[in-house]
Formats: sequence, C-alpha cells, structure tokens
Amino acid sequence: MLQVRNLHAAVNGRDILRGIDLSIATGEVHAIMGPNGSGKSTLARVLAGHPEYLVTGGEILFDGQDLLAMDPESRARAGVFMAFQYPVEIPGVNNAYFLKAALNAVRAHRGLEELDAVEFMELVRDRMTRLGMDESLLNRPVNEGFSGGEKKRNEIFQMAVLEPRLAVLDETDSGLDIDALKIVANGVNAMRRADRAFLLVTHYQRLLNYVVPDVVHVLAEGRIVRSGGKELAFELEEKGYGWIDTPANEASA
Amino acid sequence: MSTSTQTIEQLASREYKYGFVTDVEQESVPRGLSEDVIRLISAKKQEPQWLLDWRLKAYRIWLTMKEPSWGNVKYGPIDYQDIIYYSAPKARPALASLDEVDPEIRRTFEKLGIPLEEQKMFSGVAVDAVFDSVSVATTFKEKLAELGIIFCSFSEAVRNHPDLVRKYLGTVVPYSDNFFATLNSAVFSDGSFAYIPKGVRCPMELSTYFRINARDTGQFERTLIVAEEGAQVSYLEGCTAPMRDENQLHAAVVELVALDDATIKYSTVQNWYPGDADGRGGIYNFVTKRGTCLGANSKITWTQVETGSAITWKYPGCVLIGDNSVGEFYSVAMTNNRQQADTGTKMIHLGANTKSTIVSKGISAGHGQNTYRGMVKIAKGAQGARNYSQCDSLLIGDQCGAHTFPYLEIKNSSARVEHEASTSKIGEDQIFYCRQRGLSTEDAVNMIVNGFCKEVFRHLPMEFAVEAQKLLSISLEGSVG
Repeated sequence: MLQVRNLHAAVNGRDILRGIDLSIATGEVHAIMGPNGSGKSTLARVLAGHPEYLVTGGEILFDGQDLLAMDPESRARAGVFMAFQYPVEIPGVNNAYFLKAALNAVRAHRGLEELDAVEFMELVRDRMTRLGMDESLLNRPVNEGFSGGEKKRNEIFQMAVLEPRLAVLDETDSGLDIDALKIVANGVNAMRRADRAFLLVTHYQRLLNYVVPDVVHVLAEGRIVRSGGKELAFELEEKGYGWIDTPANEASA
Repeated sequence: MSTSTQTIEQLASREYKYGFVTDVEQESVPRGLSEDVIRLISAKKQEPQWLLDWRLKAYRIWLTMKEPSWGNVKYGPIDYQDIIYYSAPKARPALASLDEVDPEIRRTFEKLGIPLEEQKMFSGVAVDAVFDSVSVATTFKEKLAELGIIFCSFSEAVRNHPDLVRKYLGTVVPYSDNFFATLNSAVFSDGSFAYIPKGVRCPMELSTYFRINARDTGQFERTLIVAEEGAQVSYLEGCTAPMRDENQLHAAVVELVALDDATIKYSTVQNWYPGDADGRGGIYNFVTKRGTCLGANSKITWTQVETGSAITWKYPGCVLIGDNSVGEFYSVAMTNNRQQADTGTKMIHLGANTKSTIVSKGISAGHGQNTYRGMVKIAKGAQGARNYSQCDSLLIGDQCGAHTFPYLEIKNSSARVEHEASTSKIGEDQIFYCRQRGLSTEDAVNMIVNGFCKEVFRHLPMEFAVEAQKLLSISLEGSVG
C-alpha cells in the first residue's frame, strides 16, 4: 500500500530525513520509534504533506500513486489520515460541522453521495458509542478548550468517522493518562482491517502494550536503523535508545 | 511564500460581481453644491418650505465645518464641488403600480437578486428599492398599511405624512451633528421611512436596497424609523455600486426612535464597490447612524456586516435615555486589498439600569486596515448602567493591520463596564489541519473566518446570515496569507 524509497526531507533548511525506506502492506500495523529529534514526526508530516517540510529526494507511492505530487487535501481524500501530535483549535467552528464538511469532501472524492444531517448524526453516534466518547464534544468548537486527552480522543474519533486507508498517528499517546491511552488503543484496534494500515509514531513502548504492531522500526538521525517484530519495542523499553547503532555511533566506532 | 499563502491571496481578490452599470436615461442637477442646487433638489421633490429651510440651515452650518481628520483612514482631498448631488432616472408619470417600474431598472434589481414583484420576494420581506437619488419601488405597502404600518420612500413620507417626518427628523442626528451628517441634511435625496404604530409587531422584515448607478454622483439617503410604544420591527439594508476608477461618496444618515417597550433591530449588509486591488476607485462610505431609546425598556440592536467600500467611516450608536433600555452593536468588518475601515459604535447611557453590548469582529487581509473605535459613556444619572464590549481582530497575511481605540467615560460609580480584546492570525497550522481532513484551502479559510464571525452572524435574520457568509467568502477571495 505504501512504499517509501530513499526519502530525504528538510525543514527550515535543516536536513531531517536522510534516506528512509519503508514498505507497509494493507492490514499491517507498523510502529516507528526513536529518540527525540530522530525524524519520527517529520516522517509523519511529510506523508501528510505539511507545507513546511521540503522533500529533497526519494519517492513515496501510495496505492501505486505518486503521493508527493498530491496536495494535502488530495492525500486526505485518497485515504491518508494523520492524527496530529498537537491538534489545532478552530474557534467558532462546531466540531460536528467541521467533521461533516470533511467527511463529505472525502466521500465526494470516493464517488459517494453527501450525507445529510440525519445520516451524518447516525454515523457519528455509532462511532462515539464504539469509542466510548462523550457526545458533548460534538457541539463544541473544534478542539477549543479541549483538554490534552480530549484533543487526542477527538483525533481518533475523526479517524473513525473518516475511515482512512492509511492512518498515521503522530505521538497520539504522548501526554495521555492510562484511561485515555486505552481509549485511543481501543479505537485503533477496533479499526484494524485487512484493507487498512496504520503507522504509529511513538516515543514510548507503552502504547504498543495495547496495540500490538506487526513491525517495529527504529529511527535515528533520519534513517531507519533497525526493523523487527514487536519484541524490538520491549528491547528498546529495557535498554533505551543508546545501544542502537546510529550512523554517528558507527562513525565513532 | 507557501502555497496556502498564495491560495489565500487569490481567494481574497475575486471579482466584484455587482460592478455593472445600468443604461437608463438619468436627469441630474448641475455638478457642485450651492444654495441654488439645494433649492433645485427641494423643488424637484416638491418639498414644503420648512424642509427647504431646514436644508439651508444645515448647508450654512456645513460651510463653517471642517472635514474630520481623526479617523484612522487615508484618502486624498474630496472636491465637494465636483460631485453631482442629485441624479434620478428620467421621471415617468407617478407610478400607479410596481409593474410600471422602468424595465431596465427592474432588470438591474433582478440581477442584484432583489426582484420587485411581490410574489417573487422572499416571503416576508418588504423592499424599498433606491436607485441613485430616488426610491423606485416599495413592495408590500398595502399589506403593511392594513396594520397601520407606514413603509415608503422618504420623499413620499414628506408628502403624505409631513407631521410625522417633521416631528422626528433630526431629533436623533441633528442637522449640525457632524460634517458628513450636516452635508447629508443639506442635500439628502431619498431613503426609507418606516413607522410602526403602538403595539404592532411588524409581520415581515422591512428592507431597503441601495444602488448607486450614475457616475460622479454622491448618494445621500436618509432613513428614519419610528417604533411607537410596544412596537417591534426588524429592518435590513443592502447596498452595491458599479465598478469605477473614481471614488464616489456615500454619506447617509439613519435615525431610529424607539418609544416605551419598543424594539428596533437594524441590520446592514454593506457591499459597496471596494475599489480594485491597487486601491483605485471604490465608495467612500461616510455614514452617521444613531438610535434613541427614548422610552423605558426599549431596545435597539445594530448588526452590520461591512465587506465593501474603499473607506468605511461609521459608528452606529445608541442613546439610552429610557430607564432599562438596551443598546446592542454586533459588527463584522472586513478589509481586503487596500480597503480601510474605521468603524465601531457609541453607547451613551443616560437612563437608569441601561445596558449595552458591543461585539466587534474585524478581519484584515491583503493590505487592508481595520480600526475599531468605540465609545461607552455613562452619565452621572445612569445609575446601575452596564456595558460589555468585546473586540476581536483576525489577520490574514502580514501586510494588513488591525487597530483598536476604545474610549470610556464613566461618571457614575455604580456602573459596570467590561472590555475584552483579542488579535489573532489565521495560522498555516489551522489551514493545514483542515486540508489534512480533506478540505480545500478556500473552504478552510472560509470556515475559519465564519467561525470567527459566528457570534455576529447569529444576530442577522436567517436569509441575510446566509448572504453574509457568502459575501464574506467572496470578499476574501485572493486574500489568504
């Protein structure tokens, strides 16, 4: 579904990604781990098409299409969803209204009819019940005055409504207490399907206790330095990131 | 510049779609201003002597006045002798019915979305259509008359209801009030008049649609609305003008009078031609609007959406005389390209337990400059007066400006006055967030701006709220930065 080949990217003139290769097949859950500054979030944002990140080399294919040639909204409509590390507040815009506009933009792209208010509310109620979320979030302005946990849950809720093909979670677990973490994890697990893939960007192994990944990658200094099964996450938890052969460690060895 | 910046800028520079000119034979008075011109305007309108005298008094005072320079707006000198003060479509014999409106003018209003046939109107809106200096049609007059409501052009009111006009004209905005209001008093041509008798709740929205058509002509309309004891009325005005490279002056006066327990809701959607992207042309909108809450428990609400005009200079205010009376001001002012707006309100508390609310939302894009100027005055005798003001500014791009000048004058220690202000910028982050959910940049900006204006829009009558949102998105086109 997703092929990343020799991806290089920079932000503000600084090279962050220095040759990423990554393949994700449908139905798989991949986790990207790594120390702060290793480029994890950059990778997530480049996949989503954030305008501040400049791709300086390599390619990304999504379902065979050249993802880098698509603007952010086209990527979203094609089924790439990113749960933001810091969800943005939009004052005065009702959360339900926002989500309905987004859903209908995605549906239009897929050749589906727009949902009317009643159909939309049915869908939304169903997803909220499944995620165990409070309906009052719907009628508040997008993320405004939400607690950190509410914001993250709202991201998962949007994901559940928009039903992406590829969901990228950018440190969605950071700053969550254990209950909120479980809600996020349950949301992801409930959405695992043969035709959907996940990329979990995380600093901690904690989330992976609840969402068991198929593949774990370790990112350091803009490159994937190790890939393995879920055991790799435990190893990292135990030993920290210091033992990983980073390019810098290699050079000094 | 990022891509979304460019898109936003394109967004704000969409064409003005009401910029066409109607080809109709017009008659005008000679260019320039003098007592003779005023006499001629008055004669053309077959006015009584007292009104001519009133105009002349205003004119003589105006000659001694100086154009105000305290506004936070910049423009070249206006040559008051180079303006045509009266222009009207060639007179036809008095219209017996709406069907007799010049077909060319009828088509103009149809193009503007204001059909003059009653059956085609949005249900429940009566319209007075003003074309340059005269009212060309008023719909639903008969139906309203059954309830004793008078809704007609100002000229007609002078002819048919002279006592009412004479009783209230200039009681809220005196002919010596300020430079532009005084000029208006001398040369005003037409406008609307509404009178709601005691205890009557006006069953439909009253509205006036102002259209400037003729070149080099100023529009100086005057509107007077009187709500008697316990009466209620909601009034809307809309305005457009052709695109021209020269600036045109619009100096209107609106007076509202609310007696005991009366309510007047006055909504404006102002879309005068704003000039081109380089600031050439556009309307100078120098307007004086004021309401007097004369009676106890009366209420006046001003709601304005100002998206047009090269320069806007207006401060719709309320004089709260009656005890427990309420004044409200809800405003969205948008400036794009080279537009400048200096707008706000005046709330003058004289009666006991008077209350006022001010919510102002300024949006600046392109090189637009947006100023909020508001005065809250609480007189010695206004025991228990309360005011709440909120001024928010939204900046789109980094070439524009937002300014806030609140003035407070409080002479009674029991007063409670609150003021909140904020300035924010549409962030690339907000736009990216929306785009990541599948929305286009254009939709994202519209959504963010509409969210910002929500508190004001909910005070507009339904059809106008929708119209205002559309208008805002048109005005934003080409702006996002």
